[in-house]
Amino acid sequence: MTADDRSALIELRAVHKWYGDYHALRGIDLKIRSGEFFSLLGPSGCGKTTLLRTIAGFEPISDGVMYLDGRNVAGVAPNHRPTNMVFQSYAIFPHLSVAENVGFGLRRDKRSKEEKARAVGEALEMVGLAGYGARPSHALSGGQRQRVALARALILKPKVLLLDEPLSALDKKMREQMQVELMKLQREVGITFILVTHDQEEALVMSDRIAVMFEGEIGQLGDPESLYRRPNSARVAEFIGMMNFLPGSVSGTTVEMPGLGRAEVAAEQLTSGSFTGPARIGIRPETLSLLFDGEPDRGRVAPGMVDEVVYYGDMTYYDVRLDGVPEPVRISMKNLIGRPVLDVGTPCRVTWDEQALVVLPAA
Amino acid sequence: MALRTYAILYLIFLYAPIVLLPIFAFNDGTIIAFPLQGFTTQWFEELWTTTALHDAVGNSIFIAVLTAIFSTLLGMLTARAGAMANFPGKGGIIGFIMLPLVLPEIIVAVSLLVMLRQVLDMDLSNWTVIAAHTLMSTPFSVAILNGAFQSLDPAMEEAAMDLGENRWSAFRLVILPLVMPGIISSMLIAFTISLDEFIIAFFLTGANPTMPVYIWGLLRFPAKLPVVMALGTILVTLSIVLLSMAEYFRRRGLRRAGVEDPGGFI
Ligand SMILES: Nc1ncnc2c1ncn2[C@@H]1O[C@H](COP(=O)(O)OP(=O)(O)O)[C@@H](O)[C@H]1O
Ligand SMILES: [Mg+2]
Repeated sequence: MTADDRSALIELRAVHKWYGDYHALRGIDLKIRSGEFFSLLGPSGCGKTTLLRTIAGFEPISDGVMYLDGRNVAGVAPNHRPTNMVFQSYAIFPHLSVAENVGFGLRRDKRSKEEKARAVGEALEMVGLAGYGARPSHALSGGQRQRVALARALILKPKVLLLDEPLSALDKKMREQMQVELMKLQREVGITFILVTHDQEEALVMSDRIAVMFEGEIGQLGDPESLYRRPNSARVAEFIGMMNFLPGSVSGTTVEMPGLGRAEVAAEQLTSGSFTGPARIGIRPETLSLLFDGEPDRGRVAPGMVDEVVYYGDMTYYDVRLDGVPEPVRISMKNLIGRPVLDVGTPCRVTWDEQALVVLPAA
Repeated sequence: MALRTYAILYLIFLYAPIVLLPIFAFNDGTIIAFPLQGFTTQWFEELWTTTALHDAVGNSIFIAVLTAIFSTLLGMLTARAGAMANFPGKGGIIGFIMLPLVLPEIIVAVSLLVMLRQVLDMDLSNWTVIAAHTLMSTPFSVAILNGAFQSLDPAMEEAAMDLGENRWSAFRLVILPLVMPGIISSMLIAFTISLDEFIIAFFLTGANPTMPVYIWGLLRFPAKLPVVMALGTILVTLSIVLLSMAEYFRRRGLRRAGVEDPGGFI
């Protein structure tokens, strides 16, 4: 048994879920470590909520095994699992006050009234709602409801907190603030968080590790940086951030591309394994640069022409036609002092770096 | 404009006879005709001293209360099943439950009578009326409670279970309080329906008539007509009060569940 196995708090082996004849989860293998901030990321309908609900115990799995904290949880009801959930709708009980909501899970607790009240007070303070206990819960704002839901789930000190798109109902500013607060909270309490989201930026910002899901399967699992830098498929690459794809070919670790020529890559850049033949070569927009006067090239330069300019203030996105490349490539440039914004139709030079390439088999 | 005129004419047509009730209930004359004879409360006093009427009212209230309870319980079971699970034939089953809403009461009454007397060989009593009234009012309860249950976020129950409750305690602590306004509304409607119902009660009542059946009996004596008017006045007032309360609770229930009113049932 490796150290990794021992610290796996949740383990899923070949988990399947059928809704009638709809195959919602198609063989999920997953280990989630204790104390980890883990995200399930994927487009809508890929089965994230379903997976979260099977862990919570709301949906029985159709096949496979699931261990929570070393215990096979087949047939174990939600109230007997060491998990608590923050629902997408928050599910704040509207007929109860804020304090009654937060203290709901303590009903079966043996502690005295005063101790319970203190625990509720502490939980409210933890989520920044100190003094809100007596308020009726139906009058709360979206952000406050979210905090009540968090306090209500955390007061039971679960081993795992499950969060189903907890930020999707909030406006952008509130969402960004809550992202930071959730991360802080998770570090503070040290509980494993499993976050479901379809927002790649949210997942990248908050998570220790991310499982990217498509159609009931995990497409790739890893930390944010490795997912971003070394996506193992075109759909992961396109789901997380933006990626240019050039048609080309590979033989061993030698890559041949139209317009950009030949390059040597490391084995790890063939992210879905080594192969020989036609390839799709991925380059992130920020790893390509327009070469302005006096700036150093990165060893390789290709000529082209500006096809489209999108100005964002801090950044400018250029679509550039490279000589010999069929489709324009997107390049993002920081708008540094002294750097002009080029016009459409301007001839330009593009520099790039072979370490930034990701090599995948052609579709 | 035309629509408004139509609506006003319709309301006059609908309510004019009802307005006559209180007018003649306070009219000092045994003949129901204009011109009015002067003000009296004599007919109401007569109501107060007629013991046969008191028995009938007692019967009616007993029947109406039990009908309200039974039809609301059945309505809750149906509405909850409808809101929760998808099972084969669900649409058809709900359709059959709602059917008494459109069946002619006289047909229901006759077939129930045949069923109870000829097939089951039961004696007619308050209980046979209760059974029939429950049949008639359950669709209304289902309609009201469907609204209450379907506007509930299914995550409410799951949240309660996630926080340590079992199915039953989650229902008691979370679902029941949230649908309580719907339950009260359903009981009030079923109570009102049963209290006013005549045809079925006429066929199925045992030795003790219900209030509408008793009123029908009075109609054979012209001298008693003003008393009937007085009784009718009380009944109409009571019905309006109960139905308003039912609507109030129905709306409050929706507000509590945090949904927009999808349009009144009444
Ligand atoms: N109770 C259910 N019955 C039938 N199909 C369901 C049920 N719940 C979810 N599904 C289907 O399973 C798929 C995955 O759903 P879900 O896990 O909610 O996706 P996500 O959360 O990733 O958007 C969807 O196609 C959805 O329609
Ligand atoms: Mg979902």
